[in-house]
Amino acid sequence: MGCDAGATFADSHAQTPVRFITVCGGNQNGLGVSVKNNVTEAVIEVVRLRKQFDQIVAVDEISFSVQRGVTTALLGGNGAGKTTTIAMLLGLLLPTSGHIRIFGEDMLQHRYRLLHRMNFSSPYVDLPQRLTVRQNLTIYGHLYRLRDTGKRIAHLAQELGLSELLERRYGKLSAGQKTRVSLAKSLLNEPELLLLDEPTASLDPDTADAIRSYLEQYQQRTGATMLLASHNMAEVERMCAEVIMLRQGKVVDVGAPAELITRYGRNTMEEVFIDIARHKKSETAA
Amino acid sequence: MTNQDIDFSPRRIGALVLRHLYLMRTSWPRLLEMIYWPTVQMVLWGFITLFLKNNSSYVAQATGVLLSAVLLWDVLFRGQLGIALVFMEEMWSRNLGHLFVSPLRPYEMVVSLILMSLIRTMIGIGGAALVAIPLFHFNIFAMGLPLLGFFLNLIIMGWAIGLLVAGIVLRYGLGAESVAWIGIFALQPISAIYYPVAILPHWLQPVAWCLPSSHVFEGMRELLFQHTFNTTHLLQAMALNALYLTCGVAAFLAYFRAARQRGLLLQIGE
Repeated sequence: MGCDAGATFADSHAQTPVRFITVCGGNQNGLGVSVKNNVTEAVIEVVRLRKQFDQIVAVDEISFSVQRGVTTALLGGNGAGKTTTIAMLLGLLLPTSGHIRIFGEDMLQHRYRLLHRMNFSSPYVDLPQRLTVRQNLTIYGHLYRLRDTGKRIAHLAQELGLSELLERRYGKLSAGQKTRVSLAKSLLNEPELLLLDEPTASLDPDTADAIRSYLEQYQQRTGATMLLASHNMAEVERMCAEVIMLRQGKVVDVGAPAELITRYGRNTMEEVFIDIARHKKSETAA
Repeated sequence: MTNQDIDFSPRRIGALVLRHLYLMRTSWPRLLEMIYWPTVQMVLWGFITLFLKNNSSYVAQATGVLLSAVLLWDVLFRGQLGIALVFMEEMWSRNLGHLFVSPLRPYEMVVSLILMSLIRTMIGIGGAALVAIPLFHFNIFAMGLPLLGFFLNLIIMGWAIGLLVAGIVLRYGLGAESVAWIGIFALQPISAIYYPVAILPHWLQPVAWCLPSSHVFEGMRELLFQHTFNTTHLLQAMALNALYLTCGVAAFLAYFRAARQRGLLLQIGE
């Protein structure tokens, strides 16, 4: 992979028993972080991934891997390359160069087979407004060729508090309700890999907490791997065993939330985020 | 590439068709729009026919010639529009991102668009054709089996153009959606709908013969005026359609790939 030498660290996150991550390359400071895992397999392996739109380099040769059963956050300010990276992981966007392997297989070559095992939720990608929640979920159930779509919808609706909304039109829902429907859509095929773009955006604190708990339980029950982009640092601290920090399309730092907080001499991930966004090097790196 | 990668799922195609049937069921204006224009056109040309029947020897020879032409032209127009509008529904609802992170293949979407176009065209033209029977005592179905040949050739040509238009809208955004409404009318003057190809200037006639629609409308006039079904026109139209549909599918898939290169599937807008 051609990784730079980097620090090795272990997970202390209570809810994810195994967590190791490898991140290398694309570091503005020449800082590479490489952590080798001997226990679990990489579900996502990204090698020297680059995306250029005309003169703009959105993602600049980033490399990282995410291990099975781990929740990892992809953090960065606006324009850092989070959404572009997620879109490439999903195959919605073709990379300019580099490689993506999901479950050990090349994403570009075996995209459709892999998509059966993945899913994606984003409050910024809609579902048809005039269709009811049930109709929308039914269509996606068929797209994933579920055995018993109706039963799965009923189960998810109950778990996500959507039962009362099933016959309501998607367009008539509040932003928070839409986010929950989008999450239900993303869980229809019980994915092994879940990519989440701001999963609790627009939710009130109570509902957001319930969703986080649900996702944590889902991960514990299924062993799923999650990669989430979020601007909610409390959420990242709570849910994520790993954080990959992006700035201007490059990986600038990586580590467990507690580790990053210590490394930057801060009290919260929010303060770390601001430091990184404002180009302040970690004490370790400095 | 494995068998699973080139999988073709009728269930996924059915899911997309179901999505648009749900939409039609919940939106009576959409349903009305499908029937409205073909019926208005048919009524207009029906009255023109009534007038010309007594004032034009051409129309008097075959009173159904204008109504047949207008209904068959609408098959082409509605076939094209059916593809483009159904695809644009996905763009308007910003649903493409979700659709294409599912295992849906682009060619499955193409098949679903074709099926929806067929359904929409049958509803629209079928409705207008049925209304013409009591209103003008004109029954287009009296053409018999040749009508099926005309219908299929025109709707396939519509699908080819519709797929090209859908690709253009995907690539250039909803700002290009007017192409779906007006693009096909560039072909109307050279499709020999209401007059024979021979009327066109000599230099334009070879262009007209490159269109399946010209062969269909020439064949239609032969059937109505001479009561003979010219299979040569039909076969030429079929051959041209095979080429055009292949090009239409290829163009859609190429634009789809371009959309993936440019990240347009997540950023749909003007």
